[in-house]
Amino acid sequence: MAIAAFGHSGGAKPHKSSSPSRGSGKVALLLLAPGLLYLAIFYVAPLFSLVLTSLQTIDYSTGVPVYQYGFEIGNYVNVISQYGEQVGRSFIYAFFATIAALLISYPLAYFIGVKARRFPLIQSLMLTLVIAPFFISFLLRTFAWKQIFSNESWIVTTLQSIGVLASDQYLVGTPFLVIFGLTYNFIPFMTLPLYTSLERLDIRYLEAGADLYANPRKVFRKVTLPLSMPGIVSGTLLTFIPIAGDYVNASGLFLGSTQTSMLGNVVESKFLKSYDYPTASALSVILMGVIMLLVTFYVRKSGTDDLL
Amino acid sequence: MKDSINQDPMFKQLVSAIKSSQVTRRTALAGLGASATALTLAACAPAATKKELTPAKDLSATEKSIIWHNWSLYMDEDDSGNHPTLQKFEAQTGIKVEYKVEIDDNDTYFSKVQKQLAQGQDIGADVACPTEWMAAKWIQSGFVQKYDAANIPNKANLAPAYLGAAHDPNRDYSMPYQGILAGITYNKVEYKKATGKDSPTSLEDLWNPALKGRVGVLSEMRDTIGLILMAQGIDITSESSLTEDAFMNAIDFFAGKVSDGQIARIKGNSYSEDLENGDTIAAIAWSGDTVQLNLSAGNEKYGFFIPESGTTISADSFVVPMGATHKANVEELINYYYDPKVAAELAAWVNYVTPVVGAKEEAMKIDPALAENQLIFPTEDFLKNTHGFRALSAEESVKFSQAFQDVLLGA
Repeated sequence: MAIAAFGHSGGAKPHKSSSPSRGSGKVALLLLAPGLLYLAIFYVAPLFSLVLTSLQTIDYSTGVPVYQYGFEIGNYVNVISQYGEQVGRSFIYAFFATIAALLISYPLAYFIGVKARRFPLIQSLMLTLVIAPFFISFLLRTFAWKQIFSNESWIVTTLQSIGVLASDQYLVGTPFLVIFGLTYNFIPFMTLPLYTSLERLDIRYLEAGADLYANPRKVFRKVTLPLSMPGIVSGTLLTFIPIAGDYVNASGLFLGSTQTSMLGNVVESKFLKSYDYPTASALSVILMGVIMLLVTFYVRKSGTDDLL
Repeated sequence: MKDSINQDPMFKQLVSAIKSSQVTRRTALAGLGASATALTLAACAPAATKKELTPAKDLSATEKSIIWHNWSLYMDEDDSGNHPTLQKFEAQTGIKVEYKVEIDDNDTYFSKVQKQLAQGQDIGADVACPTEWMAAKWIQSGFVQKYDAANIPNKANLAPAYLGAAHDPNRDYSMPYQGILAGITYNKVEYKKATGKDSPTSLEDLWNPALKGRVGVLSEMRDTIGLILMAQGIDITSESSLTEDAFMNAIDFFAGKVSDGQIARIKGNSYSEDLENGDTIAAIAWSGDTVQLNLSAGNEKYGFFIPESGTTISADSFVVPMGATHKANVEELINYYYDPKVAAELAAWVNYVTPVVGAKEEAMKIDPALAENQLIFPTEDFLKNTHGFRALSAEESVKFSQAFQDVLLGA
């Protein structure tokens, strides 16, 4: 499982020689108790409740939904057959947005972490700029983009006049703008892990590579890239996972339209508009399951288990 | 987007549960843990068999307060953000009103309070103003308290049009606060530029290819689909005309307009932003907002018209949930807003259809132009073209709204 993949990455080099005695085990357990209790109440119990809810049936006969315990596996079948398109779209958008974020962040992080190393002031200034958007609410920033790309904005009218967009085509509500919004909103989550791994990059390795007659491209492929792999893996995970569940950018209230609904939008609608908790829960479980599978596969495949 | 936690009904319930049991801090903490677990379990527990709800004990005599949940732009407001009519009420009666803009959408509001509502517990409001169809659902489910007509002498001022509704013929459980009229709001200059015509004349005009991608509709099913149904010649008040087939037919038409890009925005109250920034040129909208839009634009930039084929009329109504403990105070509040003078003052600001007879005469004194406004004080002739969406059975209600929501998701 993915969790296991992360599990042994956190504990950095345990001191195997000094095996704890029985007494200290109890103390450790005691110290762990608040954390375990927290996990039990705020993670395990809600997860349990979510899975149970996803298997409920609803009785609408009184006009007000009454939820009944059941073992309605059919919920999952219905969800997939009815909203498969939205589920698929979520992962496709997440994939493209993650790639775009990586392509933008890598040179940026490389510049901050390697090139700007000799100028600490520029380095910290640029890092601040990467984080600066967080000082403003996520919703406000997304809304601002909506205004910038609104139908009457100069960007849209210019694009229309030079023929990139037809006169009845606009940007808001297109998959392009949704992916743009997702990329923009999650870029810092990609840049920061990349920066931390590139910042530790030892320049002497690059010099050694050049000394051994490797051209810059080869040095990058054989030295820089492998050494920054932990940053790439954690960066892509930190962007891909929240993007797949995001519902703000794709919502018709922000950058999306009915044609760009993602899984999160279906969950929102089911929860808040239709009071259909079982379907919403089933979708959430599916999202979690698919992400877990993808991440496990990804972590295994990239062979970074022990790099992380 | 999310309210602060102390607004949350479940949190309130938790707090009151702790308050009511006199305990030390330590046991309270233990209790908190236990209730947290209990709540998680309650969240997935099957709803208890339906029990008859009874009104909560009325504490109005000792507690002079009301918490009121309402929609945005729905109360007169002066430049410093005070509500003059409410302030006068407080001065007159000594009842403190906590006015909260909590409702943005009927369904969303219901999903927030339904658990407490269905169990007759406090939902955090003594009175709320959901739209008629939602109020009807609450009344039919026995979620709301019956008014004592003796406490509302001004009930005599209720416009007769609001009596005889299927869900509450004598208005024993719900009292209209404002009538809502749907129609089409359009940007006069942009509309002319796009289509070459001065104003739209029918719903058909919204489907003009020149407006592709610039049309908005309401996310309120009864208004948007209601208008489409009427344009298709369906009588939305009649069960024999508005059948499931007719409804689904209208849904298909609507879905077609959404998927071919003619309709670009489907929203609740926030549709006004799209009109303001020019994203939409024409939209199915609510009458009162057009006046507000023109006020903030500073000129008569937007026009509003009602299609020949007809439009929907409804109301947002005062209802008192079973768990509310200040019903008598609320009755005083309703009585106050049914005073024609107060109703006129309110109408002058919110610009919705007032349900109070005599308000027009009072409005005459404030501003004759206001009193002439058909959208606020409609004449009988004008109302001929406005209809209420018929009551839906439980099964229909679920099926119809599901179909509508699926169009919104593009599914």
